[in-house]
Amino acid sequence: MTEWKILTGWGRTAPTGATVLRDDETTDDRLMAAVAGNPPRGIIARGLARSYGDAAQNGGGLVADLTGRTQVVALDEAAGTLTAEAGLSLDAIMRIILRKGWFVPVTPGTRYVTIGGAIAADIHGKNHHVDGSFSQHVLSFDLLTADGAIRTVRRESDPALFWATAGGMGLTGIILRATIQLRAVETSRVLVDTERAADFDDMLARLEATDHQYTYSVSWIDLLARGGKMGRGVLTRGRHATRDELPVRSRSAPLAFNPRGWLTAPPFLPSGMLNQMTVAAFNEVWFRKAPKVRRGEVQSIPAFFHPLDGVAEWNRIYGPKGFIQYQFVLPFGEEDALRRIVEQVVRSGYASFLAVFKRFGEGNEGLLSFPAPGWTLALDLPASDDLAVVADRLDEAVLAAGGRLYLAKDSRMRAAAMTAMYPRLPAFRELRSTLDPTGMFVSDLARRLSL
Amino acid sequence: MIDGLGAPQSLLLLGGTSDIAVAIAERYLAKRPLRVVLAGRPSAQLEAVAGRLADRGAAVETVAFDAAKTAEHEEVLGRVFAGGDIDIAVVAFGVLGDQAEAERDPTVAVSMAQVNYVGAVSAGVCLAKAMRRQGHGTIVALSSMAAERPRRSNFMYGSTKAGLDAFFSGLADALVGSGVRAVVVRPGQVRTKMTAHLPDAPMTTTPEAVAASVVSAVSRGRHTVWVPGRMRAVSSVLRHLPRPVFRRLPF
Ligand SMILES: Cc1cc2nc3c(=O)[nH]c(=O)nc-3n(C[C@H](O)[C@H](O)[C@H](O)COP(=O)(O)OP(=O)(O)OC[C@H]3O[C@@H](n4cnc5c(N)ncnc54)[C@H](O)[C@@H]3O)c2cc1C
Ligand SMILES: NC(=O)c1ccc[n+]([C@@H]2O[C@H](COP(=O)([O-])OP(=O)(O)OC[C@H]3O[C@@H](n4cnc5c(N)ncnc54)[C@H](OP(=O)(O)O)[C@@H]3O)[C@@H](O)[C@H]2O)c1
Repeated sequence: MTEWKILTGWGRTAPTGATVLRDDETTDDRLMAAVAGNPPRGIIARGLARSYGDAAQNGGGLVADLTGRTQVVALDEAAGTLTAEAGLSLDAIMRIILRKGWFVPVTPGTRYVTIGGAIAADIHGKNHHVDGSFSQHVLSFDLLTADGAIRTVRRESDPALFWATAGGMGLTGIILRATIQLRAVETSRVLVDTERAADFDDMLARLEATDHQYTYSVSWIDLLARGGKMGRGVLTRGRHATRDELPVRSRSAPLAFNPRGWLTAPPFLPSGMLNQMTVAAFNEVWFRKAPKVRRGEVQSIPAFFHPLDGVAEWNRIYGPKGFIQYQFVLPFGEEDALRRIVEQVVRSGYASFLAVFKRFGEGNEGLLSFPAPGWTLALDLPASDDLAVVADRLDEAVLAAGGRLYLAKDSRMRAAAMTAMYPRLPAFRELRSTLDPTGMFVSDLARRLSL
Repeated sequence: MIDGLGAPQSLLLLGGTSDIAVAIAERYLAKRPLRVVLAGRPSAQLEAVAGRLADRGAAVETVAFDAAKTAEHEEVLGRVFAGGDIDIAVVAFGVLGDQAEAERDPTVAVSMAQVNYVGAVSAGVCLAKAMRRQGHGTIVALSSMAAERPRRSNFMYGSTKAGLDAFFSGLADALVGSGVRAVVVRPGQVRTKMTAHLPDAPMTTTPEAVAASVVSAVSRGRHTVWVPGRMRAVSSVLRHLPRPVFRRLPF
């Protein structure tokens, strides 16, 4: 099907119109024909549109919505490798593989992302500090490139194109299928330790001291707490439970996995609803609710990894103006700068429900891959005109400390800032200029940031 | 591209020397550098504006554009869009004209209509076509309070603006679902070179105030704005005054 549609990302800002190709228009042959037709405003792939900004939009051009491509091509249950079409979601994958004793190698904070989107943004999860990002577990993928050919790109034998595509935000071509290495698990439960950090220093100290003991680690920071409490938060860390660690009643179905959404956020809410008072009250309750220390709690995968997936369309609570997510990483050694940036956010008075904090491990060769060794903080901010200035100042501070912003979350940074933050951008541009000399693969994000 | 917080990267000013248009550009430039295309009749004034905006961080291009020469519009504006997407286009050209002269001389009356209405319609069609092709963009059309109800003292100008106003209001509706938007701006009297020879009317405003309203209307996705904002209520009252009363109003 082909249909003109107005598209946005998860943040619901900056809508643009495009011709969307779906379902029967996204077979290998039809996509090859679309590329061969040299569309005047280019083409970009789109998954479940969980990137916050304009990465999966292409104003006036073609957008290939791959969510209809969900075939499993091969599942090797002994080796734990899965080959599937790029539109298959991590949610669907988990429903297929968990009961066979396998889990995805990396999951973001929502299961509703596609394989294609996971590779194109080189997504990270709570296990980044030990396992790296998603693409590091991808063995190969089929890529439709600007010359109309489909190439099988293997991580081992074609690293240049592999690592341009991993994190390359769809700009090297359309990923059609991918083979990923799964992780063996005995159960579908996680053993979770929860502890509170009294302030920012306490938070960093706890993460530095014991993160390596956990497969998964993420923390939540209360960005409305000021003074001595600044940077207080809750750490939740865990690992997959073994069968023996489950409560007796769960042992008969150790791999059960049956998540259900139960709520839909109301469609129309005024922009002003999430004011500082409601958020402050929420944050206070959340913080108090968390135990000072609790060890070995058995949690389900949805509860531990994807708490927000229980509320469908929760992005609507920010009202018609939408919101942005600001996520950056600062290298280790820049803790003072990090503290100043957190202070800057706290002082700016921008209410934030969710400020998610994590220690990253090593980065990879991805030319535009986001994760780098250091600290990452992600916060949701309701869109407003004044926010532009606040965010530009944050960019400067992030840049000065050698940090960068995550393209999958960005909807507003300046092209100059992006260039400075990603030193391997020239290499990316060079590869793209030979692979796709006319810039056929292009998105609103690529136009905005002059990629 | 307009970013997630409403900041544009490129601006096209039709009537590049218009004081109001320049104020709009400066308001955007105060936040971020951007590409500005000045379309206007070549003049020293046009070059001076280009220099001034460049000093404020704009990457400026000038393009020869005459509102009255509608036969050239498609070609001239086509070249502008070929140079890159335009996020916001401001239709700012216009002449106030001489009411008395226009009442005497039909060629004067027609030339006012030719620039203010016919030129705007032609430019509007070109802009809408080009922006539909890019799937995004906002057209800002400078209408006027005078468009809402023709007054004895300047109905020539008023009628041209009424035509422009109707055209862009309709265009805004036609564009729903395309990704493109149009905003109709209705200022009262503004202190610019166009009105320099006139005494201030009640609620006379400044180009900067108009610019502020335009920027906020664009980011909020408004269809119609009055400047100053309270002009909306005043205008609504004026529209409903009995004709004999309205005719005798002192301005
Ligand atoms: C609630 C929530 C939590 C999140 N948590 C995390 C997190 O913890 N860690 C993290 O890293 N990210 C996180 N994200 C971001 C999300 O994981 C990424 O934006 C991901 O790319 C979304 O995948 P998608 O299928 O929705 O892709 P889309 O948003 O549709 O597209 C994203 C990019 O991938 C490209 N793309 C999509 N499919 C293909 C394809 N087949 N071939 C080539 N390019 C393609 C698009 O062109 C675009 O550039 C979160 C997002 C939400 C909404
Ligand atoms: N000032 C007010 O009180 C007021 C109130 C309501 C609405 N408006 C409207 O706002 C808009 C901007 O006006 P302004 O106040 O900024 O006045 P301005 O500074 O005099 O600007 C008018 C512009 O129109 C241009 N122009 C005139 N004829 C043209 C033609 N044939 N081709 C191309 N450009 C032409 C002029 O360019 P040149 O340099 O080539 O002459 C000038 O740049 C106008 O549409 C006006 O009607 C003004």
